[in-house]
Formats: sequence, structure tokens, C-alpha cells
Amino acid sequence: MLEIKNLHANINGKEILKGLDLIVRPGEIHAIMGPNGAGKSTLASVLSGNQAFEVTKGKVTFYDKNLLDMSPEDRSREGIFLSFQYPVEIPGVSMVNFMRTALNEHRKYNKLEPMSATDFLRTMREKKELVEMDSNLANRSVNEGFSGGEKKKNEIFQMAMLDPRLAILDETDSGLDIDALRIVANGVNKLKRSDNATILITHYQRLLDYIVPDFVHVLYDGRIVKTGGKELALELEDKGYDWIKKEVDGE
Amino acid sequence: MEQQYIDLYKQQHENIKKHSADVMNSSRDVAFELFEKLGFPTTKLENYKYSDLKEPLSIDYGLNINRVNIPVNPYEVFKCDVPGIHSFLYFVINDAFYPVNEPNNETLPKGVIIGSLKEIATSHPELLKDYFGKLSTTKNDGLVAFNGAFAQDGFFMYVPKGVVLDKPVQLINIMRSDVDLMANSHNLIILEEGAHAQLLVCDHTMDDVRFLSNRVTEVFVGENATYEHYKLENTHIKTTNLSTLLIDQKASSSVLANVITLHNGVTRNSIEIDLDGEHCETRLCGMVIADKNQQVDNFTYIMHNKPNCNSNELFKYVLDDNSKGGFTGKILVAKDAQKTSAFQINKNILLKKSAKMSTKPQLEIYADDVKCSHGATIGQLDETAKFYMQSRGIPEAEAKLLLMSAFTSDVIDNIRIHALQDRIKILVEKRLRGELSKCEGCIICQ
Repeated sequence: MLEIKNLHANINGKEILKGLDLIVRPGEIHAIMGPNGAGKSTLASVLSGNQAFEVTKGKVTFYDKNLLDMSPEDRSREGIFLSFQYPVEIPGVSMVNFMRTALNEHRKYNKLEPMSATDFLRTMREKKELVEMDSNLANRSVNEGFSGGEKKKNEIFQMAMLDPRLAILDETDSGLDIDALRIVANGVNKLKRSDNATILITHYQRLLDYIVPDFVHVLYDGRIVKTGGKELALELEDKGYDWIKKEVDGE
Repeated sequence: MEQQYIDLYKQQHENIKKHSADVMNSSRDVAFELFEKLGFPTTKLENYKYSDLKEPLSIDYGLNINRVNIPVNPYEVFKCDVPGIHSFLYFVINDAFYPVNEPNNETLPKGVIIGSLKEIATSHPELLKDYFGKLSTTKNDGLVAFNGAFAQDGFFMYVPKGVVLDKPVQLINIMRSDVDLMANSHNLIILEEGAHAQLLVCDHTMDDVRFLSNRVTEVFVGENATYEHYKLENTHIKTTNLSTLLIDQKASSSVLANVITLHNGVTRNSIEIDLDGEHCETRLCGMVIADKNQQVDNFTYIMHNKPNCNSNELFKYVLDDNSKGGFTGKILVAKDAQKTSAFQINKNILLKKSAKMSTKPQLEIYADDVKCSHGATIGQLDETAKFYMQSRGIPEAEAKLLLMSAFTSDVIDNIRIHALQDRIKILVEKRLRGELSKCEGCIICQ
């Protein structure tokens, strides 16, 4: 579904991604790990269409469509979902209004009628249970005054509502206590199907105890330098990233 | 430009007086002399720094001193569509109170008197004599003095002791003329002890000519009385709307004033609230949406003269194109006004670089046991919030709209008439979408 070829990207003139290749197929879970500053979050930002990053070279296709030509909203409506590392607070915009607008924009894109109020509220209720989200949160403004854990749960809740084909979870485990981590991971696992895929971007192995990846990639200095199975994550946990750095820099 | 009006007054003062009432005439010459001395305000005056009135005041407007009948029936042309508001409805056409023709108004509670200031000043002078001009004649302000010299009529409302008006009163000011026209009107609102009333003032324009309205409203809120004043301006770009709202609050009274400018030309709102007793509550809010070359200046002044009063001020502006906004938040806490709390916020969004905002908090505190705060911000729409919404599939234009609506929502929350609150939400959204914000079925705002 997703094919990234030789991707180069800059921010403020500084090259962060330096020729990244990745292929994701339906039903797969990919973990992208790497030391700080390797370009993990940049990859997530570029895929979701953040204008702060400039793609200088390379190609990204999503179901054979050129992803880089699409606006952020079209990428979302094509089925790409980014769970933000730092979800944004939007005072004055209620979760209900926000979610209804987003969901109906998706439906419009797919030539469907807007969802009825009853169906919408029922769907909200079902999906909230999935991430054990406090039902009051839906009446509040988007992320405003939410704790770190609530914000991350809210990301997974939105993911459940929008039912993406490809979910990119950017450091979803950071800042979570063990209970919240378990709830978030459970939510992700329950949403897993044979026709969708997940990219987990993470610094630590901890999340991978709950969500088992099919592939583990190591991102270093803007490229994927090593790919393996779930055992690679354990090796990284054990030995850190230095041996990878040595291997690459020694080339 | 003052000279033509000075000459006009000297020639016409007999006629002006003939078509007005004694109570109003008694202070007319004094007001005129003050205007002769002060002239029209210019940006050189500290209080008018953000109101550039030079161009609109240079136009040669007509004045309807001899009260020539304007051929319009507002009951036919005006269909206000605030569903469910069920107000007691009144009209002022230019500067003249329009005869009441509304069966609903006959159900006003006993003792309540609403009507033409000129007529009631003639029929019930005793009702007015302790109030008329008490707030306006002491102001050292060129526009207020000009109004005092030329205003011949206006809206009058009297709510006696303990009477509660369970439905809002609605005053529609309509500007209607075939030639460039100036209107001066004086409104007087009296709430006695323990009374309750809500007044919604709507400013509209009908014809494609230059209009200038200069209105002074005096409000007296008695002990334990509660008063809500909503002003909704929806006028065309050739309008200059000068309005002075003077409120006097007695002990334990509560006032909410919310001044919303949806569409206009050049607007100056002066709002002065005098806290003249202990334990007063005051909430003063406002909102401006402006684009093109529109100009809006809200000058506010809250005087904490007595101890134990609370005031809370919130103004928000969304400015696009070459529009200009001004806000002054003047707060005085007198020496004896201990245990005062006074809070003020002014937040502004500039959608384009060419839009301009000037804001000035001005706190003068002479008491030492008070809680006061103020804050002012000028910025752009939050790009990270916009991107977050887009990443959920919401188109950029819709995301901007949601953010702007959210920005103004706390001002709209300060509307305690539900039907009006719902309606204004829709009007604001339409306005932000760039659609005309007129009420449905209204042919006045074209």
C-alpha cells in the first residue's frame, strides 16, 4: 500500500531524511526505531503533509497515488492517520464538533451521506469504550486540559473513529504510565485487521511488548540502516544504538 | 467642518426646540456651547486615538430638524428573524421614534413605560427629570455635546420598582434616506430598584447613501436591579456609527453589556460604566469581525467608585484585509474602592498583514486592597491547530472557520437570551465564511 523510495527531506535548509526506503503491505505492523535526531518524527511529518518540511528528492506512493502531491486533508481522507507525538489543544472547538466535521468530510470524500446524529453518537460511544476514555472528555474542547495519557488515548479514539488504512503512531508511548500504555496498545491491537497497516515510531522497546511488530527497522542519520524481525528490538534494548552507529559510520 | 453645524444651530435652534420636548431643550444651549468649544474629536485626543473620524465628518449630511415624515413602514419592511426571541419590538427610524403598532407590546407588565422620549418627556416630565442628561451633560466630549444640541427624540424605557420583564425588549435603529443623512438620537433607560430588563439594540441601514448616526444612551440601574444590554451592528460600509453608552449602577446591581459589530463602515463605541454603589457586578463584552476598509474602535471605561464591586471585561476582534481595530480598556479604581476586582482581556486575530489593531489597557488604581488584571494579545490563527485538523481530513478553509468561531465563542457565551445566542452563532459563522450576515427575510441589509 505504501512505497517510499529514496526520500530526502529538509527543515529550514537542513537535510534530515537522506534517502529513505520503505515498503508497507496490508496487514503488516512495522516498528521504526532509532536514536534521537535520526529523523523518525520527520518521516511521520512528511507522510502526513506538514508544510514545515520540504521534500527535495524521492517518491512516496499510497495505493499507487502520489502522496506528496496531496494536501494533508486528502491524505487523511485517503486513509492515512497520524497519531501526534504532541497532540494539539484547540480551545473552543468541542470534541464532538471536531469529530463530526472530520468524519463527515471523510464520508463526503467517499461519496457517502453525512452520518445521522444518532449513528454518530452511537459510534462515538463504542469507540470511546475501546480506549476506556472518560465520556466527559467528548464534551470538552479538543485536548484542552487533558493529561498526557488522555491526549494519547484521544489520538487512538480518533483513529478508531476514522478507521484508517495506514496508521502512523509517532512516539505514542512517550510520557505514558504503564496503565495508559496498556490501554493505548490494546486499542491499537483491537483495530488491527488484515486490510490495514500500522507504523510504530518509537525510541524504546517498551511499546513492542504490547504490540508485536512484523518488522523492526532502525533509522539512523536519515536512512533505514537495518531491518529485522521483532527480536531486533530486543537486541537494541539490550545493546543500545552505539553498535549500529559504529557499523554504519565504519562503512 | 464644525462651522456649518454651528451656523445651522444658530439659525435653527428655535425649530430644533419646537420639535422636541422641554426636558430635552433645557440643556440644549449649554450642550451647544460646549460643542462650540470642543468641536468634533480628533485622533489627537487620547480617548479618540484609534477613531479617525475626519473623512466621515467632512461629508455634507442632511439633518431632519423639521421632522419631515420619512415614508417607510418598518413593520412591513423589517422581518427580524431571531426565531423564538418573542421580543417587545420598537423602531427608531433615523432619529425619530416610530409609532408603536405591535399588539404584543400591549402585554407589557403593569407600570412599564416604553416609547418615544420626546412624547414621554412631554406627557410624563416627572418620570425623566431626575435622570435625563445626568450622565451625558457632565461629559467633556464633542460627540456627546453635539448630540445634546441636536438630538430631538429617541427611545425611552422605564421599568418600575421590582418589575421583571420576562421577554427581551428590542430596539431596531434603521437608517433610511435618499440623500446623505445624519441622525442624532438620545435614549433613556431607567430601571428602578429590583427591576429586571434585557434590551437588544440592532443597528441597520437601508439605502445606498452615506449615513452618520450619533446616539447617546443613558442607563440608570437601580439597587438590586439587573440589566442586560446587547448591541448588534449590521450596517453597510457607507455608515458611520458613533454611539455612547453611559451606565450608572447602584448598589448590588448587575449589568451585562455585549457589543457585537458584525458588519459596518466606521464605528466608534464609547461605553462608560459608573459603579456608584457597593457589591455591583459588571460584565462588559464585545466582538468585532471586520474586513475591507472597515474601522471599529471600542473605548471602554469602568469606574470603580465604591468598594466590593466586580468587573469583568472581554473583547475579541477578527480583522481581515485593510480593516482597523481599536480597543481601550480604561479602569479606574478610586481611593476608597477597596476589595475591588477588575479583570480585562482583549484578544485579536489578524488574518492578513494589512489589517491593523491597536489596543491599550489603562488602569488607574488608587486603592491598595484590590485584584486587577489585564491582558492583550495580537496574533494569527494557530497554524499547528489548523494542521492538526487538516490531518484529520478537515479542509483548510473549514479548519480556519472552526478556529475563528472558537475564538469568538466565549463572547457569544455571554449572551443570556438563548434564541439570540443561537442566532448570533449562525450569523458569525456566515460572516466568517464571507457570506452576508443578514437575518433571513430581512430586506434591509442588502
